[in-house]
Amino acid sequence: MAEFRRAYGAAPWHLALLAGCFAVTGWIALRLAGEASAGRMLLWFVGAAVAHDLVLFPAYASVDRVLRAALGRRGTPSSLNHVRVPALGAGLLFLVYLPGILGLGDGTYLAATSLAPRAMLGRWLAVSGALFAASALLYAVRRLAGPSR
Amino acid sequence: MPASPPPPDDAPAAAPAALWRALARHRPPGVDAADRAWRSPVRGPWLTSMLGAVLLATLPLVIVTGLLDWIAYAPRLDQAFPRDVGWLHPPVFAWPTRPAWLFRVTQGLHVTLGIVLVPVVLGKLWSVVPKLFDWPPARSAAQLLERLSLLLLVGGILFQTATGLLNIQYAYLFGFDFYTAHWFGAWIFTAALVTHVAIKLPRMLTALRGPNHGRTPLDRTGPEPADPDGLVARRPGPATMSRRGVLALVGGGSLLLAALTVGQSVDALRRTALLLPRGRRAGAGPTGFPVNRSVAAAGVTPAQTGPDWRLTLRAGDRTATLDRGRLLALAQHTATLPIACVEGWSTSQTWTGVRLRDLAAMVGATDPGSARVRSLERTGQFRQARLQGNQVGDPDALLALRVNGVDLSPDHGYPARIIVPALPGVHCTKWVEEIVFDG
Repeated sequence: MAEFRRAYGAAPWHLALLAGCFAVTGWIALRLAGEASAGRMLLWFVGAAVAHDLVLFPAYASVDRVLRAALGRRGTPSSLNHVRVPALGAGLLFLVYLPGILGLGDGTYLAATSLAPRAMLGRWLAVSGALFAASALLYAVRRLAGPSR
Repeated sequence: MPASPPPPDDAPAAAPAALWRALARHRPPGVDAADRAWRSPVRGPWLTSMLGAVLLATLPLVIVTGLLDWIAYAPRLDQAFPRDVGWLHPPVFAWPTRPAWLFRVTQGLHVTLGIVLVPVVLGKLWSVVPKLFDWPPARSAAQLLERLSLLLLVGGILFQTATGLLNIQYAYLFGFDFYTAHWFGAWIFTAALVTHVAIKLPRMLTALRGPNHGRTPLDRTGPEPADPDGLVARRPGPATMSRRGVLALVGGGSLLLAALTVGQSVDALRRTALLLPRGRRAGAGPTGFPVNRSVAAAGVTPAQTGPDWRLTLRAGDRTATLDRGRLLALAQHTATLPIACVEGWSTSQTWTGVRLRDLAAMVGATDPGSARVRSLERTGQFRQARLQGNQVGDPDALLALRVNGVDLSPDHGYPARIIVPALPGVHCTKWVEEIVFDG
């Protein structure tokens, strides 16, 4: 047992659990390998992780770095989070409702809803604007209320 | 060469020790810079565990309601997609007709909760993202395998979320079959989640039993002591947000998404689903509620649904043919029933028509085991559907002719459509032309 732990780096149940996890994935991969669109599925699966880890995260972290450099620790109360929070809200909405905001629905949209796809960019801008306005208002109230939290 | 920081785990490297040590020594350019770049003092076991606990409590609900939706499609009648699932076949049962809101709730929860959890998932990923750039990537075979399983976990949740979000917004950018991909993706994710929880649960419980960082205000927010997983930044900067602030931010994101999504499922709030297809006005008047297939897409013409339309009923060798006038002369029953779609929207309307069991009796089928309903539509995936015995026999199971006091509109299935309590919307066949009752 101790020998196994030393060689493998964890208890045997750890290996059994992971073997089970990979068995499920492997079986599914074999099953889907024959599908014409198997390559696209794999691309989207790996692509989703890559898009988050190497595109989305670096992008929002970089924007935040710029924001912190511009607004961090200046003024009391700090305006940093009053920009961050609505920006994250707007970004979140854009990410989740992206197809609707850009009007990306295809023929299926019309067939399913009896309505032609329509970009809802204006609505997203309005909601985002409201988030920023509410945040700015709160900031103004906090400023007026006094310098201490 | 900059001095490499001490590994967070001082445990001796596992065998083959030389390999792991060599890997640790050969630090590629950039990893030291990346290591120094993690500044947030709130990253650490407590925050990761809080977000993990939320997901642990809620994701099983998303998984189970997803499976229930598959069962509601009636795998026993070969109607659940994907059809052939091999040994990943959960125990199935005949989908009940009561409570009538059952399917509305299972699919509504699946989609709405899936959306509402997006900020929690993103927050959780943010809290652990430094681990991705950690060097060495593994110090033992165990760590290497575990990290590979994390690709399945992270890829899985993001794949499920992306395909689900595109599906409910009818933007099939991915170019593969949604049902197949979302079903098998769910199993890959679930297996990886079970593995992850089994391995990490003790860590989570330890962190949550430790000091409560949820009450610390911003000016006293600092890093936790270095943890064995290396989540705590080695060179933390000053806090710009307290831990409770981060949790409130994540929760606020969830509330925002909930506010813009529940309108899909709640008639009174329909217009609040501002950015979703199902928040749009589907028309005016008593038939101005959402459809899931337009008459134009179905290719059903006015000539087919005009005075020459006939409904054919069959059971064994008995046949009956009825026109709409004759159907309207039969005993009419009115029921307020939801119609719900797996795409996450539902609506409740008041339907009037003939009970299916009365139609069955007309052709001598007193207690049919199932029924096959065929539409005038010739091409769609759902141009026909099978109903279970309980779905034919329910007193509120109707061949609806009218809705909210007026004739069905063409988009809602004129001259006649099926409406059955708790039945998935796609199986509530529209523009019905034939019903065959089987033993």
